[in-house]
Amino acid sequence: MSSGSSRLSISAVVISSLLFVSLSILSSMAEATTKPDEAAVQIVYVERPEAEEPEAFHIRTLAAVLGSEEAAKDAVIYHYKHASSGFSAKLTQSQVEQLSRQPGVLQVVPSRTYSLHGSRTGTSGVMGLFYGRSLSSDLMFCVKNSETANRLLEDLVLEKWFSTDSGAKMDFKLRRPLEASSNASSSMMSEISRNLKPGLPFIQCDSTNICYGARQEQSFSEFPPPQVIQSRGLYAREQKTETKSQLEPSSAVNDLVMDWNPRLMLSNLSFLEQKIHQVQDIVRSIISQEGRANELAAQQQLVTADLTYIIIQLISTAGTLLPNIKNALLSATPPVGQPGVMANLPVNASQKQHEVLPMELAKASEYDELIKDLNSGGEGDELIKCLNNSVAEVSESIPIEDHDIKDYDDGLDGENLPPGSYEVLQLEKEEILAPHTHFCLICGKGFKRDANLRMHMRGHGDEYKTPAALAKPSKEASSEPAIIRRYSCPFVGCKRNKEHKKFQPLKTILCVKNHYKRSHCDKSYTCSRCKTKKFSVIADLKTHEKHCGRDKWICSCGTTFSRKDKLFGHVALFQGHAPAIHMDDAKVSGTSDHAQVGETTNGMVANMGYNFSGNASDDAQSLDIKDVDDGQGYFSPMNFDACNFGGLDEFPRSAYDVSESPFSFLSTGTCSFIPRNSEN
Amino acid sequence: MAESGDLFRRIRGRDGLATLALDLFSTTPNPSPCSYSGSAKRLRLGDAIPAAMVAEEDRHDLVDSLSEEILFLILDRLESEPLDKKSFSLVCRSFYAAESRHRRVLTPLRSDLLPAALARYPLASRLDLSLCPRITDTALASVSGALRSSLRSIDLSRSRGFSQVGIGNLAVNCAALVEINLSNATDLSDAAAAAIGRARNLERLWLARCKMVTDIGIGCIAVGCQKLRLLCLKWCLGISDLGVGLVAVKCKRLRSLDLSFVPITKKCLPAVLQLPHLEDLALVGCLSIDDEGLISLKQECKSLQVLDLSNCQHVSHAAFSSVLNKAPGLRQMSLAYNGLVTHSLATSLQKLSKLQCIKLDGSEITTSGLGTIANSCKSLRELSLSKCSGVTDEGLSSIVMKHKGLVKLDVTCCRNITDFSLASITSSCTSLTSLRMESCTLVSKEGLRLIGQHCHLLEELDLTDNDLDDEGLRAISGCQKLCILKIAICLKIRDEGLIHVAKSCSKLQEIDLYRSVGITDTGVVAVARGFPLLQIINLAYCTGITDDSLRSLSKCSNLETLEIRGCPQVSSLGLAAIAVGCQKLTNLDIKKCYYVNDAGILFLACFSQNLRQINLSYCSVTDVGLLALASVSCLQNMTIFHLGGLTPSGLSAALLACGGLTKVKLHSSFKPLVPKPLLEHIEARGCVFQWRDKPFQVELEPSEVWKQHSQDMHVPDL
Repeated sequence: MSSGSSRLSISAVVISSLLFVSLSILSSMAEATTKPDEAAVQIVYVERPEAEEPEAFHIRTLAAVLGSEEAAKDAVIYHYKHASSGFSAKLTQSQVEQLSRQPGVLQVVPSRTYSLHGSRTGTSGVMGLFYGRSLSSDLMFCVKNSETANRLLEDLVLEKWFSTDSGAKMDFKLRRPLEASSNASSSMMSEISRNLKPGLPFIQCDSTNICYGARQEQSFSEFPPPQVIQSRGLYAREQKTETKSQLEPSSAVNDLVMDWNPRLMLSNLSFLEQKIHQVQDIVRSIISQEGRANELAAQQQLVTADLTYIIIQLISTAGTLLPNIKNALLSATPPVGQPGVMANLPVNASQKQHEVLPMELAKASEYDELIKDLNSGGEGDELIKCLNNSVAEVSESIPIEDHDIKDYDDGLDGENLPPGSYEVLQLEKEEILAPHTHFCLICGKGFKRDANLRMHMRGHGDEYKTPAALAKPSKEASSEPAIIRRYSCPFVGCKRNKEHKKFQPLKTILCVKNHYKRSHCDKSYTCSRCKTKKFSVIADLKTHEKHCGRDKWICSCGTTFSRKDKLFGHVALFQGHAPAIHMDDAKVSGTSDHAQVGETTNGMVANMGYNFSGNASDDAQSLDIKDVDDGQGYFSPMNFDACNFGGLDEFPRSAYDVSESPFSFLSTGTCSFIPRNSEN
Repeated sequence: MAESGDLFRRIRGRDGLATLALDLFSTTPNPSPCSYSGSAKRLRLGDAIPAAMVAEEDRHDLVDSLSEEILFLILDRLESEPLDKKSFSLVCRSFYAAESRHRRVLTPLRSDLLPAALARYPLASRLDLSLCPRITDTALASVSGALRSSLRSIDLSRSRGFSQVGIGNLAVNCAALVEINLSNATDLSDAAAAAIGRARNLERLWLARCKMVTDIGIGCIAVGCQKLRLLCLKWCLGISDLGVGLVAVKCKRLRSLDLSFVPITKKCLPAVLQLPHLEDLALVGCLSIDDEGLISLKQECKSLQVLDLSNCQHVSHAAFSSVLNKAPGLRQMSLAYNGLVTHSLATSLQKLSKLQCIKLDGSEITTSGLGTIANSCKSLRELSLSKCSGVTDEGLSSIVMKHKGLVKLDVTCCRNITDFSLASITSSCTSLTSLRMESCTLVSKEGLRLIGQHCHLLEELDLTDNDLDDEGLRAISGCQKLCILKIAICLKIRDEGLIHVAKSCSKLQEIDLYRSVGITDTGVVAVARGFPLLQIINLAYCTGITDDSLRSLSKCSNLETLEIRGCPQVSSLGLAAIAVGCQKLTNLDIKKCYYVNDAGILFLACFSQNLRQINLSYCSVTDVGLLALASVSCLQNMTIFHLGGLTPSGLSAALLACGGLTKVKLHSSFKPLVPKPLLEHIEARGCVFQWRDKPFQVELEPSEVWKQHSQDMHVPDL
């Protein structure tokens, strides 16, 4: 799942959940006034369809009651696809009864609209955060104002909602707030879409009097379409909609993510301050009341919920201050097997007991402190535990993947990639040895290089001649993170094989090919000059043939070298070995006893500057040697050192840098490239 | 000569022997390479006195009774007097034998003398062939045969004509060989280098200007001669990083390495700096070394004491600083001709606590840079700022005030310094032994007087082209240790001043009176009397001097170099007196002495058998004189322009007769007139002809006019 679509779906979740709140509240309000035969707005909860689209399923279900699909389409007001599965429609009581008997329909609830009556002073208002599990999804109610909260609590949540829903499990564990917080911060960060439970209704009922202090009396507007909510000025004082939740600013952070607003921050903070006062009030009331157990429990829930909310708000507020970390979070789906700075995200979230906060680890300690400050109750401890667990889980995951670090340190040939920081790919033998890796889809002709294929494609029609078609397939650098890929040799037992204890990865596909051919294949190419040297890679043969028979550099031990620096490396390494003098040189200078010959030779040397060829008499020979010398003489780039033949290791690496190469898509094994001289 | 003659008279005399023996031991023996001086004490007690007593008894065998050890002791004391040694060897057979066994250093004057010399001196350990322009492989073979076990050192730096065969012979046969100088052997190839590589015990090797030697050759040397302590690869253009790197890897005992003008880059430097004993490193004119290479050096060379980075044009101050930081033990450093010397560069000197000698010749130096040097180098003894621009009174004063122990100071051509500097120099650095301040034109005569008043320890003083007058010279007479005095182009000095100096500075060995027009015979006579040890005198263009001066100078028996160019009043008579009196004369310049004719030259040819170099241009010398000169067997260098009576045939005969010639400067008009085969033959003997087309110019320019001209030429510099 791409991060873009996840961002979309998150906002959709938020918006639809807000809608759902308004709908459900509206419907419950309407219930009181509706007569039995009058069509009223009902909310129908259905099972989430496995095979088909939710809309189609809803229409089909409703059509069975209403008679036709068209009537059903007309009747449906809204489809709930994200948070919960269901739809709302205007239905009569009989239709409701019929519908509730349909397969897949779990419950039909009349849509009610609640009007929230907060105290006029606005200070004693309590913001409650309720959450529960209803149907297959979780609901979270964010209820503002103590009276309303109490009423809702009794009326809606405890008696009507949960009691009627026999299958729903009440789950007041503090794991939920965590989930909620993950939800909240994910909406803020637009991250971790895959870790979310698919449908988590996130409902907040909230009068804005504390936060914005504009209106006490709020009425729910009729089905505000999502667009309206989004397009509405987020901080407009005259905003009447109840859907303007406290979390809305944080969801708005999604859009304003690059643009931190200090005023928003200030308002958030002042809101939080007041909120803490509210929690204090509730706690005081708990102390003074000592009343019904039922109410006490509910108030405890309120406190917990409030605290959780405060934490979430604090975190999200703080989160806006961390643009760089946020960007890092935004930038990506962390690759599998790459322990990053970010929390490791469990793939199957539904089975996980602990959802891991997609927060940067660095912030974890801050959360701990924050929670300690805020918490007074026993359930707070649980919260801390949960947070700690999640933190621990993340920190645990690193050593698990970093096993055997020492082994790797031994094995890596100068490359400082920590094991596990790169992806290891292994091509099959057939793939490696395949002569062509690019095939024309039209005629089937094979090519070694994609560029050649593109050139070939021009012959198949004008559509392949466009600049776009001819252009190099551009790498998706920005969207895809630069995954470091290393390659493994398929030959088991080879040091370059990933099973090997001291595995040394190969850097590029080319390295794999050459390595495999050189090490594990027959040497089928024989030098046509010396008839003795054999090679398995054509390029090696060509390189050899360039200087075969011209080994000018000879050691006293008889070993010949094509390069002077190699000879000197050899001589430096072995005691008693000395560079041997070319026989021609010796002869020439031996016969140059005559003074005049010496003179002319000197003159020539002076004219030629740095040339050091000693063959003055043999012109052809000296010219020949000069050619060699010019290339490898004084200013040879190779360093020779007794102990360090650094050039050997460094050359291929610098020549073929894989991380930036356009061949990163090679992992699919559809492409290959061969050194130029092998094709020549 | 007179002294030693006296000595031998006493030896032959009956009662002289005891005196001699006692004389011999009463003074400390000369330090010499000969090991016999070590046994002096034993001799005094055991042998010498009895020998004297024996001599008393048997006067006939007096000389024979002297043991060889005593004779060696005598010879040790004659080490610096080659002519006395010759006389010694002529005393009798046993003395001759003793001398031939005693001599360690052979310097044959001509190649053809080599076989005889080798036969006579079988124990010679050092063979200096620098006077033999042509040494063949055969000659080297005979050397290696004759001095098989004793030869330790051979100098072939001025010789040609040998190949790797001869060198191979030497290397294989002379196992004791530790030193070879093959500089200037530009035709030597890698094969010769490989032959050198067979000399396993070689410790010192000079290969300067061996341009044909490549990495392969130096590689063979590096592998073969692993005991090398000194290696000079100056101007070896065929050698690159690889060769030098191999040398550094193989020859771990290297103490001195000269890589000047070698096309090396940074790549070999790490290996070179890792040499554990490296003390002396010269990287003069290594144009391929750049900043990056030097800055990236990580090796620290703690043993390094002398570093010469002159003329490295592609290196900036940052790199110099980084290198200097790598060599904390540096004693001597040269950064000459490297452009700007600033405060930042000078700061890097602060860590070099042992630094004694700094050479910044030809640099552009700032006052702040000088100030930093003043504050940093605690033990500075020698400072050379020759030809530096930007040396101001302030900067120089700050240095000399801080470094009162300064021994040598060179401010040649620092044209901005004034009396102020001189006052601070003379007041603080009273222990100066050498002061060179040629052409410090802003210093007044009063300032120059301060030198003589304060610096009494001066041994070398160069006041060329200054405002010196007789008062200044009178002050200088206080410097009684003065050995070298250069007061050329000081037009104000007169005989009186010179007489003052001559009265007190008896140790003077070299005096330069070039273009001192105020000097007449009186002055020169005083010089000749006052400086008995005089070796070098330059009287060029002192137009006032006559034969009388030369007659008085002929009393200076040590005189080696005499320049009387442009002294038109000098005649053959004076020259004859010099020839008779100064038998050590090796270098004579009588250009434009118009009255010198064949008569004078004949005297020279008869008496000055040590003459090596002569300039005869514009003299009235003819074929006769020139041919007579051929009898001077040492003659190597001749300059003959505009010689009126010279004919091509006479010249040809003279050239042919002078067997030892190595360099002849001739007017190019002679070139077509001399037979070509003859020229080729002479060139084959090792002589180089330099044909010049100089215009004939008889008239002498007055010195005042000349100086004005020369100062006009300085103006752009200022």
